[in-house]
Amino acid sequence: MLTPTPILSLRNIRHSYGRRIVLRLDQLDVCQGELLALVGPSGAGKSTLLRLLNYLEAPTQGQVMYHDQVYTPNTLPLAIRRRITTVFQQPYLLNTSVYHNVTYGLRLRGNRNGQAIVEEVLRTVGLANLRNAPAHTLSGGESQRVSLARGLVLNPEILLLDEPTANLDPANVRLLENIIMQANRQRHTTIVLVTHNIWQARRLAQRVAFLFDGELLEVTPTEQFFESPRHPKSAAFIRGELVY
Amino acid sequence: MDILIRGFLHALDLIVHLDPALREVVILSLQVSGAALFISIVLGIPTGVWLGLHTFRGRQILVALLYTGMGLPPVVVGLAIYLLFSHQGPLGNLDWLFTPKAMISAEIILSFPLVAGFTMTAIASVSVEAPQQLRSLGATSTQIVLTLLYEARNGVLAAIVAGFGAIISEVGAVMLVGGNIEHHTRVLTTAIVLETRKGNFDLAIALGLILVGFTFTANWFLLRLQGRLDPRP
Repeated sequence: MLTPTPILSLRNIRHSYGRRIVLRLDQLDVCQGELLALVGPSGAGKSTLLRLLNYLEAPTQGQVMYHDQVYTPNTLPLAIRRRITTVFQQPYLLNTSVYHNVTYGLRLRGNRNGQAIVEEVLRTVGLANLRNAPAHTLSGGESQRVSLARGLVLNPEILLLDEPTANLDPANVRLLENIIMQANRQRHTTIVLVTHNIWQARRLAQRVAFLFDGELLEVTPTEQFFESPRHPKSAAFIRGELVY
Repeated sequence: MDILIRGFLHALDLIVHLDPALREVVILSLQVSGAALFISIVLGIPTGVWLGLHTFRGRQILVALLYTGMGLPPVVVGLAIYLLFSHQGPLGNLDWLFTPKAMISAEIILSFPLVAGFTMTAIASVSVEAPQQLRSLGATSTQIVLTLLYEARNGVLAAIVAGFGAIISEVGAVMLVGGNIEHHTRVLTTAIVLETRKGNFDLAIALGLILVGFTFTANWFLLRLQGRLDPRP
């Protein structure tokens, strides 16, 4: 087996809002081409971790590295920044049509030749017939699919997903999980998936990171995480006994 | 009623025959208000965006000042500009008093707070999540601001309408600092005052109708623009 190459790495992170420390994390590597699930109870710091990985916030202390280079939100070159994107839990959609929402990122890049990929993605996420609908008329699930679509059309190197299926019905969940799987397995997009649904993590991820109260308690291959979790709290979380 | 009809007919007559005196007054009105509005937009929109997006010490004071500015009595502004540009005033050597420049200055002070204040409110009403999500999609800081302005477009257009409304129909300040001098600083509003005082009601009504016509046309244009920018189901 090849040694996995870290594409994003966190080192000695201490992140706080005011006096409240929300993340204490010595090391985490996201490896090229992997799908890493970030699980843990709500309030564990999962979304904050994604914001650090997307260079949307600078950690209070510590480093965020892209290909072993330390950058901050201010020093990260635009070209690299545009290889990473997040699909947010509560997507902010522009007050325009579905189509213009999906093509927004391409327009920011001055890319007007993305027609083919836009059509393909719209079809994949099942929004082709809603392309002209104003975004504010969409349901929660449809909005979430628009949000995933506008990330996918960018063909990012790293896709960060924050509870992408939280508001969806089971059929939609399966649809989106397939899309996520496809992006990872076929387009080799590196994905970090935040989810509170451990079964989703089990279905999709190669590795699972368990975050609890701002601390990373373990990062292990998916099978191992579910079969023989190293940390007693992981075991309790899997059994559904960890209430936070 | 009779006088209204006569005024209306007279207005049509003046407009159709492009009365030179009328044309002069109309053009100056549009020039003064247009220049003041343009400068208010150039200064007011960035100020509004800045205040709408940032929190800093002293912001509340600035916002309170801006809100005060939104309700300033025009004659008081006129008086202040008058004193500023009068011969003994600090800017007396510019010789701007009783010129269109002084009128434009007064109108900027009246419309800038409206443009900046309403823009600020419009920008602040866009979700606080928006900038971060746009950034994550690859937007630069400039692209973020432009997108937010587009998102807040209805509010921003309302800000411009409010700014325009405050100055096109303004009379107290322009009368004080412009002096209503024929061929020089006479605009629609000051001409209406003068003609009314002289008893030329039909001419005053004609001027009034033209003024209302301008305001209506400007608002109609902006409303159409608003409609065209909105997505349709």
